[in-house]
Amino acid sequence: MTIRSVLVANRGEIALRVVRACRDLGLRAVAVYSDADAGAAHVRHADAAVHVGKSSAGKSYLNAEALLAAARESDADAVHPGYGFLSENAAFARAVADAGLTWVGPAAEVIERMGDKATARATAQAAGVPVVPGSGVVASVDDAVAAAAEVGYPVLVKASAGGGGRGIRPASDDDELRRVVDEARREAASAFGSDAVYLERMLRAPKHVEVQVLADRHGAVVHVGERDCSLQRRRQKLVEEAPAPGLDPALRERMCTAAADLAREVGYVGAGTVEFLVEEGEFFFIEMNTRIQVEHPVSELVTGVDLVAEQLRVADGRPLSVTQDEVAVRGSAVEFRVNAEDPDDDFLPSPGEITALELPGGPGVRVDTALAVGDVIPPFYDSMVAKLAVWGPDRATALARARRALAEYRVEGVPTTLGLHRRLVDEPALVDGTHDITTLERLLG
Amino acid sequence: MGHTITAKTPGVFYRKPSPDAEPYVADGATVAEGDVIGLIEVMKTYREVKADAAGTVSTWHVDDEDEVTIGQELVELDT
Repeated sequence: MTIRSVLVANRGEIALRVVRACRDLGLRAVAVYSDADAGAAHVRHADAAVHVGKSSAGKSYLNAEALLAAARESDADAVHPGYGFLSENAAFARAVADAGLTWVGPAAEVIERMGDKATARATAQAAGVPVVPGSGVVASVDDAVAAAAEVGYPVLVKASAGGGGRGIRPASDDDELRRVVDEARREAASAFGSDAVYLERMLRAPKHVEVQVLADRHGAVVHVGERDCSLQRRRQKLVEEAPAPGLDPALRERMCTAAADLAREVGYVGAGTVEFLVEEGEFFFIEMNTRIQVEHPVSELVTGVDLVAEQLRVADGRPLSVTQDEVAVRGSAVEFRVNAEDPDDDFLPSPGEITALELPGGPGVRVDTALAVGDVIPPFYDSMVAKLAVWGPDRATALARARRALAEYRVEGVPTTLGLHRRLVDEPALVDGTHDITTLERLLG
Repeated sequence: MGHTITAKTPGVFYRKPSPDAEPYVADGATVAEGDVIGLIEVMKTYREVKADAAGTVSTWHVDDEDEVTIGQELVELDT
């Protein structure tokens, strides 16, 4: 490899995950840390570490200048951004490349192209990938009403430059649409700097199914199967699994092929995820994430492909280590996100000290976390502090092992979502795999 | 008499609703109980800091964007 030393521009469990991949590949891993993270596990297990600023994310992990300086200072020749923070920031990807460093991800132009919703949607359509029925940008209330007649109610009014679930309004008839269009345009203008909105048909109760893709610089594109991430609260995933239960094999094949085609079409390099909604035997593209994802372990568990190692390989110009024929899905895997939040108090974020910790183990159990007893979960970053991923030779065994692992798992000092997961793993909708994106919010009341 | 408003959660304190906006309360302003005087960002969510007494803003113990701990004194009111 010509990459010898990787700056891991992130924190927490994903930084530790990347550090581990570096060590497996014989690469030097350089961690970065804020004031709050001095002595954190991702720092302790790296070969070197550079302080990048004060505790708040804006002054540390989102500070591109400080991260580039850390790369120079530590003699890193590549930058892995993890997920979140600057991982989908095209300007940062460009700055890394301009500094003569290797960016572990797709080119800045690809991040830009897939980052704008309307552009990504048009790109998917041009590649022959189905999108949710919808309109182009609507210029006025009358335009919107005319477009809705074509699209069919109920519709969602969406900001073209939007993201993170903001700038989206439902309308179930002409009167409601007339009321919300102007409101949506004003909100879009102030939140995203563009008042462009378009309509999308609102699906009733779809499943969220996404396809993992990998691509190298030599034109090879493979898909690494799909994940079902339908258990969500306020558009935040809580439980994910692979393969997607109950998905028709022919539909799965078409979705996986469409995802790989889209990656090929945009000249994708690295690991990426193409997200779809599935309803009544049809699938619709919603967005592409141009980075490694939180829930990547379930795909690793069922295929044996080390996705982070593959990211580092292809960033270095080497070919993917697997061909499409060699990617085989075996068994079933489920991941539970352990968030420092209180499910009994409207999921109130709860930073604080871990006073006791017992991790589950045994057959089929993988825990990705950077937490140890005595660590303080800082208030400055995401509340997701651990992931429990469980594999079994079949889905029923995976869920039985998950029940066992969740019973063993103990965290004291802060409230977490573990208790909720113990309940969810026995929910009939999850057990029989019929859950959709409306299930969790309905269960929570 | 004076009254001190303290942080109910750790995080990053903001005196303004957004970077370009005016502060929630100006120095010397009068606030009623329940008025929003700032925000604390905790784990990517924003929680309003409300005055738990009526009074006049006299002394700030923190600046905009300061990191605060739970129970830390934020601002004093003349009541």
